[in-house]
Amino acid sequence: MKQSITLGKVTKFMGLGFFSTLKDLFTGKLEKEDFKSFLRKAVVPLVSILLFIGLWHMGAKTLYNIEADFKIEKAFNDQGPEAAEALRACIASGASSCQPNTLPSPSQVWDSYKSLLRDHNIISADKAAFIEKTAALNEKRIAEGKDAITYTGRPSFVDQIFRSLKTVFAGFLLALLIAVPLGVFIGLSPTLKSAFNWFIQIFKPVSPVVWYLLVFMIVKTLLIDSNEDSSFTISFISVGLCSMWATLVNTAMGVSSVDKDFINVAKVLKLGAFQKIFKVVLPSSLPLIFTGLKITLSVAWMVLIAIELLAQSPGLGLFVWEEFQNGANDSNAKIIVAMFVIGIIGFLLDRLMLTIQNAVSFDKSDAI
Amino acid sequence: MNATIENKKTDIITDNGLFPSSQVMLDLKNLKKVYPTPKGDYVVLENLNLQIKKEEFVTIIGHSGCGKTTMLSMIAGLNEISGGNISVLGKHIKGPGPDRGVIFQSPSLMPWMTSLQNVLLGVNQVFPDATKWQRNDIAKYYLQKVGLEDAFNKKASELSQGMQQRVGIARAFAIKPKVLLLDEPFGMLDSLTRGELQDILIEIWNKEKITAVMITHDVDEAIFLADRVVMMTSGPRAKIGDILNIDFERPRTRKSVLEHDDYYKYRKHLIDFLEH
Repeated sequence: MKQSITLGKVTKFMGLGFFSTLKDLFTGKLEKEDFKSFLRKAVVPLVSILLFIGLWHMGAKTLYNIEADFKIEKAFNDQGPEAAEALRACIASGASSCQPNTLPSPSQVWDSYKSLLRDHNIISADKAAFIEKTAALNEKRIAEGKDAITYTGRPSFVDQIFRSLKTVFAGFLLALLIAVPLGVFIGLSPTLKSAFNWFIQIFKPVSPVVWYLLVFMIVKTLLIDSNEDSSFTISFISVGLCSMWATLVNTAMGVSSVDKDFINVAKVLKLGAFQKIFKVVLPSSLPLIFTGLKITLSVAWMVLIAIELLAQSPGLGLFVWEEFQNGANDSNAKIIVAMFVIGIIGFLLDRLMLTIQNAVSFDKSDAI
Repeated sequence: MNATIENKKTDIITDNGLFPSSQVMLDLKNLKKVYPTPKGDYVVLENLNLQIKKEEFVTIIGHSGCGKTTMLSMIAGLNEISGGNISVLGKHIKGPGPDRGVIFQSPSLMPWMTSLQNVLLGVNQVFPDATKWQRNDIAKYYLQKVGLEDAFNKKASELSQGMQQRVGIARAFAIKPKVLLLDEPFGMLDSLTRGELQDILIEIWNKEKITAVMITHDVDEAIFLADRVVMMTSGPRAKIGDILNIDFERPRTRKSVLEHDDYYKYRKHLIDFLEH
């Protein structure tokens, strides 16, 4: 049977159905009865986005005025009317040295976004040039048995995004490798369940910060002889340990609630333990396991920021923290850019999991 | 405990030792099942004795909750025996095994597998020495027998309830069990589909002659399929109340059974038993 996969099918499969509605609008395929659904799916979100930006703009302006008035009043009280007048003129001129430091407006955030991209282009060009320049030298050094010279410049914003993604995937993988097998064993054996239950109940609510400190204590000692930077190791292990609980609990629940009929079939056919787990138990608990994995990935992404910040591991978390410490004129705007990037990536990760779940799971209705 | 049908003498067998042991496939001796409850033990079955001959089709009827399913799942080995014993060909059973195939009330197919994979799950287990092609052939043969030659590669979740139960029948026959246990397999189907599946079941059974024990609530189904209909008393402490021999010739057709003079006598006997 030949199946044609259209763009519409793919986007719908990924839960991005509004794309196909948009496409239909441009290709003129939209029927009249579809108009209502088009309104709901495309126009309403668009309007709400514009409304949000408008509110944000007005809010930012109000805060800006409060902050400016306060600054001017303070100058008036401390230094007299002339200083206040000078400051008022300075603020009105837009000079960066005297701008009130508050919630940035949408346009400031957009400017920061563009400047971050420019910065990235400059850094990558610099990096490329560096690699080209050192290529010949490095070849020689490697031939001589020495370490190659690597680029040690500042990472760009985009580099930090990828570094964060790397950390989160490493942590997610760790969570998956620990939680799924453990969950299967706990789900299958009531003995193991009572052995682990206290452990799960106690450690599940522990805060990411505490997990980080625990991992730090252990990894620091284990890597005491190594000169390598352990911040990546520490942060991905902490992320994994924080986020694995949802998968662990869901897997155990899925495995222990496999339809009794399926278990009876396995018993009557005398399936071995391996066959029973891989042919009956795992497939039938896959929807719940995936629900857990989806929560795990979103928790991993959420705690990552806090943990990178603590571990001083390069990434979006550290970027946010450094910008906050930096206190430059556009720092606040950069933090907001990071916030949107974090949110959008979190949304895309969720969609990614949903797509995988739809592809491998038998029960489509469970994919929420 | 002698039941007579007007103008016709029927064999009523309620005690053991009536069949020579060489003829007996399944033997239930003094079977007892007790469920402990906070208020004391609840005895579901007690002193239950039943022999089932080789190549015999036995249906079991009785009121809901009398312990029919308990008895069947004890034979399947899925439910522990509290007292007495069950033997297949003279050997006491220990737990479940593929020598006793089960067709469950719900089709119990793995919804993520195709119908062929579902049948193969059992075939692979029972014929580990056969080649992959041979095992495939066995599975396909039985799927054809139940009329699913066009649905080998359909996911079980895409099949209708009736089609799923056909796969269930194919899966049970394909592992060539010594005893086939059917727990109200058609109870959830509409009457048209039920009739179809009864025909399919009896057609395969006529060929394979696997000793079968089937629970049913349907008196007509019980008569149409069975060599003997076993009536169970109401619980607690349920046991065999009465056994009715059905002397229709095989192979039977629904029409010939319905038109047979004795049909309504059998039917009346069973309904009388159930109403008392």
